[in-house]
Amino acid sequence: MGLEDSFDEPAFVPYLAAGDPDFDSSIEYVEALERGGADIIELGLPFSEPIAEGPTIQQAVVRSLEGGMTPERFFEFVEELDVDVPLVCMTYYNLIYQYGPEDAEPVLPFVKRAAEVGLEGFVVPDLPAEEADLLREACDDHGLDLVFIVAPTTKGERLDRIMEQVSGYVYVQARLGVTGARADVSDQTEESLARLEQYDVPKAVGFGISSGEQAADVVAAGADGVIVGSALVDIVAEGHEEDEPTEETAAKLESLARELKEGALAGAQRRPRPEGT
Amino acid sequence: MSKSDTKFGDYGGQYVPEALMPAIEELTDAYERYVLDNEDGFMDEFRERIRDFGGRPTPLQRADQLSERYDTEVYLKREDLLHGGAHKLNNALGQVLLAKYMGKERIIAETGAGQHGTATAMAAAHLDMPCEIYMGRRDINRQRPNVFRMRINGAEVNPVDIGRGTLKEAISETMRDWATTVETTHYVIGSVVGPAPFPAMVRDFQSVISEEARRQSEEQFGDLPGAVVACAGGGSNTMGAFAEFIDDEDVDLYAVEAGGSSLTVDEEEGVAPHSASLSTGEEGVLHGARTKLLQDTHGQIMESHSVSSGLDYSGVGPELAYLVDEGRVIPKNVGDESALEAFHRLSQDEGIIPALETAHAFGFLEDVAGPDGDGSVDLPETVVVNVSGRGDKDLEAVIEETDKRELENAPTMEVFE
Ligand SMILES: Cc1ncc(COP(=O)(O)O)c(C=O)c1O
Repeated sequence: MGLEDSFDEPAFVPYLAAGDPDFDSSIEYVEALERGGADIIELGLPFSEPIAEGPTIQQAVVRSLEGGMTPERFFEFVEELDVDVPLVCMTYYNLIYQYGPEDAEPVLPFVKRAAEVGLEGFVVPDLPAEEADLLREACDDHGLDLVFIVAPTTKGERLDRIMEQVSGYVYVQARLGVTGARADVSDQTEESLARLEQYDVPKAVGFGISSGEQAADVVAAGADGVIVGSALVDIVAEGHEEDEPTEETAAKLESLARELKEGALAGAQRRPRPEGT
Repeated sequence: MSKSDTKFGDYGGQYVPEALMPAIEELTDAYERYVLDNEDGFMDEFRERIRDFGGRPTPLQRADQLSERYDTEVYLKREDLLHGGAHKLNNALGQVLLAKYMGKERIIAETGAGQHGTATAMAAAHLDMPCEIYMGRRDINRQRPNVFRMRINGAEVNPVDIGRGTLKEAISETMRDWATTVETTHYVIGSVVGPAPFPAMVRDFQSVISEEARRQSEEQFGDLPGAVVACAGGGSNTMGAFAEFIDDEDVDLYAVEAGGSSLTVDEEEGVAPHSASLSTGEEGVLHGARTKLLQDTHGQIMESHSVSSGLDYSGVGPELAYLVDEGRVIPKNVGDESALEAFHRLSQDEGIIPALETAHAFGFLEDVAGPDGDGSVDLPETVVVNVSGRGDKDLEAVIEETDKRELENAPTMEVFE
């Protein structure tokens, strides 16, 4: 068992910041993503210094924090969600490290609580493989996956080191930079996928994907799944700014989710058939 | 094993997005080869440029009035006389030169008080590299002269509007730029903070301060000082002033942070009215390193406060945090008002207008040994205070802040009609 099982067909992995713009609407939004075809959902637990995020997700983080999001509220959020697909917590290391009573061993209380509420893994963008032993062990002890990000700059020995630590899926960063929707799919994606071919773990590509067509391109290029964040957060932001009813925003999210999932499936049809089969 | 210090006890490390890790490995390699091993004569060139372009060595000057006031020999390490007006040039010149040796094409940096931005812009102009500086909107308004100096030296200044618009946000934003442009760009971080190898490397470039101070002490008064005092924001002038004295257990090392308006924290607001992360912070991870931080019970980073934008930061260098835990460095803090008084005192008594950051170090002398001092510290016979920078950049802020308060020793700030 584990996140790997969600990649039997090209997977659609959306991201939303939990609690953006408020707890109850956010629950509706996450559930809409499942209806739209999500295979795994990445839930952001907001940190005040999100150094890997572009403006869209930075603003989502601010909205969620202003709405009172805390690690404990986040776990309640997960408990309250009515979804069947696996959930992954995406957050920064300080929050994982600080959670729990002062004299507790660092990291363990967070991982334990995450397992309790039914989370299945973590993505921690400011935790490179070199610093990850503590969290890796705690995840192993509690049956959780630890997803690592591989950047276009990750090559050679570093790549091996990361691939030794990774479980669930590898998050293939489609381009250098921070999160944010873009119009094109970069050639860096194809090069990264080629470098990762020899490793036997699902490859989910993210950073900049915003349309079904892009999702199809990425899957056609060999990805096992697509991760989409900012394009979805944009819908939440717009709904919030224009004071749209929650159902309306949820419907838009569901519809973009469906487009992205269908794109991912269509991409698989376009894959060149392996020779000799 | 790496030759450079990546950890200081449990502090330090490299907590950064994966996209930056190869650049950090490349930088570590360059630091070890060029800085530690002087490959291609890098350090010789650095020393020559910091002498001829920078104006080193800076004097170690006896402060007559202060010596009398505190009944001890007070010596001033005059980093305010370095080109650009602050110790920041030691590091900026070192790193821009290193970037050049590494074949990088573009320089980025963050700045709080603007001194690091200014120093970086100057070094980049001197070494003919394009340069962009990120600065919080609030700090831009507090330090306008430096904003103009950066531009005059050819740098582009990018305002950062996120959060409270201070140093913390500027660092995050510069890291985002770096994650996008890492293959061609070097990030000149401005203090002994950030992921390894920055804390060790910045300390090494700044340790020229204590190297000189040590030699000058022996030449001028035939002994090592009994204490060294420096203000701590990120901690680069502190580490620079302390580095060569760390093994001299008889030399007391005082790191003076910003006590702001109070040491109590409004958890609800998520704002600390001070920047005293060494005295009050808790261990955590920010901007690539494990260190002492101002954070709430959930691990969210708190906004800090100080009248001086260069001290207004929620974290501090990991080595300094470690040395405090070890008992080698003694953390102290001085509030906004004492710092302002000290600013006016040094200006009047010694004819030196210090940076507001630096004024905190002098506020410490007054707080413990002045006429109303609390006597909590017995100053030794000789004290070296690191004058980390000059205060020209702060005049607008000083006028405004002095106007708001009734300071006994402040001149009138009225403008003549
Ligand atoms: C004159 C001066 N002193 C001190 C500081 C604080 O920085 P650090 O603690 O890194 O020396 C600054 C920062 O801008 C500064 O401009």
